[in-house]
Amino acid sequence: MDKILEVKDLHVNFATYNGTVQAIRGVNFDLAAGETLAIVGESGSGKSITVRSILQLLAKNADINKGTILYHGEDLLKKSKKEMDAIRGNKISMIFQDPMTSLDPTMTIGKQVAEPLLIHNKVSKKEALGRAEEVLRLVGIPNPKERMNDYPHQFSGGQRQRIVIAIAIVDYPEILIADEPTTALDVTVQAQIIDLLKELQQKIGTAIIFITHDLGVVAGIADRVAVMYAGKFVEYGSVDEVFYNPQHPYTWGLLDSMPTLDTSEDDHLNSIPGTPPNLLNPPKGDAFAPRNEYAMQIDLEKQPPFFKVSKTHYAATWLLHPDAPKVTPPKGIQKRFEKFKKLGDK
Amino acid sequence: MAEDKEAIVQVKHLKQYFNIGKPNEVKAVDDVSFDIYKGETFGLVGESGSGKSTTGRSIIRLYDPTSGQILFNGKDISKIKSHGPQMKKFRREMQMIFQDPYASLNPRMKVKDIIAEGLDVHGLVKNDDERDKRVRELLDMVHLNPEHMTRYPYEFSGGQRQRIGIARALAVDPQFIIADEPISALDVSIQAQVVNLMQDIQKEQGLTYMFIAHDLSMVKYISDRIAVMYQGKIVELADADEIYSHPLHPYTKSLLSAIPVPDPEIEKTRQRIDFDHKSSFHKGQKLQEVMPGHFLYCDDTKAATFK
Amino acid sequence: MEIPQIPKDKFKLLNNAGNKEQEKIGTPALTYMQDVRRRLFKNKVAVVCLTLLTIIVFISVFAPIIAPYNPNAQHATLSNLPPKLGNLNIPGFNGYQNMGGKMVDAYAQVHAPKGTYYLLGTDYLGRDLLSRIIYGTRLSLIVAVLATLVDLLIGIPYGIVSGWKGGMTDNVMQRIVEIVSSVPNLIVVILMMIILKPGLISIVLAIAITDWVTMARLIRAQTFQLKEQEYVLAARTLGESSTKIATKHLIPNLSSTIIIQTMFTIPNAIFFEAFLSFIGIGIPAPNASLGTLLSDGQKAFRFLPYQMWAPAIILSIIMIATNLLGDGLRDAFDPQSSD
Repeated sequence: MDKILEVKDLHVNFATYNGTVQAIRGVNFDLAAGETLAIVGESGSGKSITVRSILQLLAKNADINKGTILYHGEDLLKKSKKEMDAIRGNKISMIFQDPMTSLDPTMTIGKQVAEPLLIHNKVSKKEALGRAEEVLRLVGIPNPKERMNDYPHQFSGGQRQRIVIAIAIVDYPEILIADEPTTALDVTVQAQIIDLLKELQQKIGTAIIFITHDLGVVAGIADRVAVMYAGKFVEYGSVDEVFYNPQHPYTWGLLDSMPTLDTSEDDHLNSIPGTPPNLLNPPKGDAFAPRNEYAMQIDLEKQPPFFKVSKTHYAATWLLHPDAPKVTPPKGIQKRFEKFKKLGDK
Repeated sequence: MAEDKEAIVQVKHLKQYFNIGKPNEVKAVDDVSFDIYKGETFGLVGESGSGKSTTGRSIIRLYDPTSGQILFNGKDISKIKSHGPQMKKFRREMQMIFQDPYASLNPRMKVKDIIAEGLDVHGLVKNDDERDKRVRELLDMVHLNPEHMTRYPYEFSGGQRQRIGIARALAVDPQFIIADEPISALDVSIQAQVVNLMQDIQKEQGLTYMFIAHDLSMVKYISDRIAVMYQGKIVELADADEIYSHPLHPYTKSLLSAIPVPDPEIEKTRQRIDFDHKSSFHKGQKLQEVMPGHFLYCDDTKAATFK
Repeated sequence: MEIPQIPKDKFKLLNNAGNKEQEKIGTPALTYMQDVRRRLFKNKVAVVCLTLLTIIVFISVFAPIIAPYNPNAQHATLSNLPPKLGNLNIPGFNGYQNMGGKMVDAYAQVHAPKGTYYLLGTDYLGRDLLSRIIYGTRLSLIVAVLATLVDLLIGIPYGIVSGWKGGMTDNVMQRIVEIVSSVPNLIVVILMMIILKPGLISIVLAIAITDWVTMARLIRAQTFQLKEQEYVLAARTLGESSTKIATKHLIPNLSSTIIIQTMFTIPNAIFFEAFLSFIGIGIPAPNASLGTLLSDGQKAFRFLPYQMWAPAIILSIIMIATNLLGDGLRDAFDPQSSD
């Protein structure tokens, strides 16, 4: 596969009054052209910071103190501000969670969609507006020609997110980073936006990094999934591997704490106890250990390396060590294993 | 509805309008009727702007209803004065859990004072020792460390804060709790904690819940009966299983088809059903029982087809 | 990939169920005000301003003890003496002044008794300037404190009631605010002097009538936001009375706005008093205020510049320091400015 983006050993610290928060503690991943990678994690896990590092859109007190981010082999972290400006919104673009604040309320949407073209490509204004109209049609805005001259407040929340997406893809970026693009939306609108992203990906062949906390959304859109906890990836693999053959107890917990439509009220939901660790003083061992039902002594002492499950599937848990005891995962996870077997048989 | 169950809350033709008579009049809740039975969990789902939160706030009298009746234990509470002995009694019997764990706790107050607010208002404790003892009990009930009672809210995580909010509501021994999207601001791993806790407390204390949410899978899990709200009206009401297995209203169908499921196989084959928002309501439609216990917002001809 | 060698006994499952550690809070307990204080003290400019203001306030409060002379005692023979600091020969503070191109010892010329020193010199009536500045600052600060009290006592309740009640009440109250704020406060003072004598009371009353509107507006806007906060709704569902909600929930959460606004009220009031005294409708003679001192000093500025410099510097320090401290407090109270 053709790797267009490789993030290696990324570390990001934040200087705060209480001390240094180690928000990202060694993240590695790559992205192939045209694929969708979903990064799943809870708030504070560092998933947003990871992708913001790629475009260097971090807060002032952030410090990328280690690692490389290779885009077609060139380290983005060594680029000048000007060079980054040329990449942002052009080769790599980003959509944010809140469609209300992502748009300029005083500018017509036609101009807003055309703007990236005018900045990067030196096309004529007429050409840019023509392209904007085309893209607005592509993202499903009805009568784009007339609506180009409308202002953001004249659109509904779902339509605004479509416009935000239009701005992001108007230059046919190679990579689209979507940071919780559907979290602020209603379920029905969320479903529409996800369908739209999938459709667009097929049409213009962009690769997507999709950040979310919602495993349901991930199942529908991702080719590969990475699960993030306390500033590190804990498990990554193809979507089927992570959903049907999960290995990390945190992934188990996440998958099992969501009721499916056939969970009855008599089964207690499997909840993950406690709260994520404070990254001011990250734990010495596995950060998940204090909340982990299956924690071992080694988890408290040493961070687990990634163990290989398959060629594409890795998980960082000591449970995969040959000497580790065999544990019985929760019932819901066992059901998933059965499905995985069936998939393998096919 | 089933005769053997006793209703704790009966909402009859509730209307809640805002900016009445002005050009920006909003009919947030538009003629809504339903009963909630003692001991059950009644789910109210809808998307933003459907009026589900307003319904909850009208029932607990944060708003003065425009018209209609709200019977609580048989007594109409929709018109009692906002500061009187009747209201004071009512404030003990019905409580609310809020959505945003960050906005629902006063940042300048210690946890123990937040939890004891209801105790102080209603004079439920005689002295400080008794007050502290009761706060400890409540913290214990929501699985928080009583040692942390002198801390300030921002030191707690979202899930912990939500549990402090639950303890505050429980302090006055209510019979009925309205939970207004209590988990939608929480992380997935924390949601289950809060839901499990709410269920345990319900069993222990025989509480009745009204659970307002937009997350349909969690609502299905926690609720006995579910009402689906759309544009200020209840379009469908039935048992939780029934509404998921046999949705009748096109809006319900569209909502159910949009629920993301953490299972790639299901997601790959999912067919989204679109709902035409323009042709939603017309004259002659009302909420009527088309099958035993299953209510649908439709006209009489449509209702007859189910007979 | 290599599999690390780990002793086998490390792989025993710990029984984590019911682990109380999971609910532990890692960060140290720190109240909101402690956090604010820490942020404020990190701001060097604000700390310097705070120190300066503290010194000025301290001196004003203990003026009767600290002031070397009676500020109103006149010594016709010792008028217009330049600053002299003991027997130290510091240029500008040695009692010499320029007379017809020559430096002469002004103290010797008027036959001042031995051991007479005026640290900042004397004015045209032979009054000690330092003592007058100390008492003048004291008066200016009294005006500031009274103006602030009025701000707090009228502005805050007015703003809270207006914001909390909303609707028609708010409408009426806001129209009143608009009317009051449309009258220039200079006119109010002049009208006031028709009824009352010029002096402290009429200045404070004039400030009282006009100055609270800014505070009331700010508080109203904040109250509008706060009353929709879920903790206020929660208090309402618990049956808390409106007054209790105001004191327990609104005022503590308005405190940052109140403190910051007060920091801007203080220099305004001081400057307004100085301005009135300067144009001659403020504090009547013989009492000193920074404004009257400036006014007197300005008359002799070309020949005896020290008479204006000293009060002008003090006034500037108070104005700049309160403004900068206000900025510092605003940043300290704003949790967004965490870096």
